[in-house]
Amino acid sequence: MTRMKSVPPLFALLGLPALAAAAPSTLNTGDTAWMIVATALVLLMTIPGLALFYAGMVRSKNVLSVMMQCFAITGLVTVLWVIYGYSLVFDTTGMEKGVVNFHSFIGGFGKAMLAGVTADSLSYSIPESVFVTFQMTFAIIAPALIVGAFAERMKFSALLVFIALWFTFSYAPIAHMVWGGDGGLMWDWGVLDFAGGTVVHINAGVAGLVAALVLGKRNGYPTTAMPPHNLGYTLIGASLLWVGWFGFNAGSAVAANGTAGMAMLVTQIATAAAALGWMSVEWLLHRKPSVLGIASGAVAGLVAITPASGTAGPIGALVIGLIAGVLCFFTATTVKRKFGYDDSLDVFGVHAVGGIIGAILTGAFAAPAFGGFGTVTDIGAQLWIQCKGVAVTLIYTATMTWLILKFVGLVIGLRADADDEAQGLDLALHNERGYNL
Amino acid sequence: MKMVTAIIKPFKLDDVREALSDVNVTGITVSEVKGFGRQKGHTELYRGAEYVVDFLPKIKLEVAVTSDQAERVVEAIQNAANTGKIGDGKIFVYDLDRVIRIRTGELDGDAL
Repeated sequence: MTRMKSVPPLFALLGLPALAAAAPSTLNTGDTAWMIVATALVLLMTIPGLALFYAGMVRSKNVLSVMMQCFAITGLVTVLWVIYGYSLVFDTTGMEKGVVNFHSFIGGFGKAMLAGVTADSLSYSIPESVFVTFQMTFAIIAPALIVGAFAERMKFSALLVFIALWFTFSYAPIAHMVWGGDGGLMWDWGVLDFAGGTVVHINAGVAGLVAALVLGKRNGYPTTAMPPHNLGYTLIGASLLWVGWFGFNAGSAVAANGTAGMAMLVTQIATAAAALGWMSVEWLLHRKPSVLGIASGAVAGLVAITPASGTAGPIGALVIGLIAGVLCFFTATTVKRKFGYDDSLDVFGVHAVGGIIGAILTGAFAAPAFGGFGTVTDIGAQLWIQCKGVAVTLIYTATMTWLILKFVGLVIGLRADADDEAQGLDLALHNERGYNL
Repeated sequence: MKMVTAIIKPFKLDDVREALSDVNVTGITVSEVKGFGRQKGHTELYRGAEYVVDFLPKIKLEVAVTSDQAERVVEAIQNAANTGKIGDGKIFVYDLDRVIRIRTGELDGDAL
């Protein structure tokens, strides 16, 4: 979707306005084949990638609860996406370039129940059905990421209501503002977010911090030991995220072309740099390099390169990855301990911080002067635009998430009983045990 | 009769079992246990959160023997389980009143 953001200006500058002016009206089989695969790859990131990544980090009594949450969110958001989600993000009715109106913030209901989506309708050069599904997988992973912030203590019913409301009032508007096309608030500002650094990662990461604060700490945190119960799962999950992310970033070209290829390359580079960055700092400061550390670093790099993946070059990717690996390490360790919030699996420390680093640095590394492939010439101006995008997302998402959580808390309550939490959510909320050994 | 109970390092179990066979011990009971002594525990670090693990995994073995066998059994265990490093474990010896083989009803020395 991001192609809408970064590619049209590029083509326009290259003197190819025809490509920018309207979506191609003919289907390209190569693009279509790639996008079908990319869609499956992005779904793989949530189930089982993220589910395993998180499941390994919780205690064995809660392993099923986080897997269940990821899986249920996949189902719930799919249904909501069909009913109104796709429409709220991509219905362009009432939007006008350069004009800020109601529809700069949220789409209409013109495409509700996927109205107009047929076997023959196209988005760009691919079937609209593929585009709908591809974007759906982004809408699924964003709320699923938040699960890590309130792991081991949220009531399942409250989770479902929270996710439905958050998807509607936080994900859809931000996605629309950034990717909605001409007339979208941040689109018109020129915010560069190729694959969702702002829309997915800052959005989910900030929501995670707010959720961790509103729900409060797990009982016993931080004096009781709550070590990860199976870091093998976590490493497998991180690996699946890494592989699936090629669909996320290279797929965001919505074409099988050079932009997709470069997105793939920089994704690999930034991830490797961040994994090594986190590992090295940890080795220096905590004396041992850890599996949890290198896996967390890889995810931080994937997050940070996401907004830049359509415009940054290999050198930019190395720098972005390294900075993200090191800074996310400090947020997830030092900063979290200093402030004492229980962002259990570091959704804020990895996704919000990695997302913000990536979003801002995108402004610099999109410039050809820094090896980028974007059209940015005035780096200062672009950095300012990127910062505005980050600020709006931070403020909007934090406010909206807080309101939603307060509302759900008043109506049905957010936390599992203390007894259920002590027993473990698997048995208490799902009548199952992860391990019958 | 004597009951000899030993706490040893898990990786020494096979050596100890062999040493006991050599002194004609025909049966032992083994459990996986946790505990601490002078060796104390260790620390684990996850994303900067440090946990002190007080209890280390050990093996507890129980051997019921006749009184005249006891000294050789203790010696066998002590030699086989010794690494010279802290945490090798301990051996406890105490009197055993009765032994009954469940299948046949044999008693004491006959049941060992």
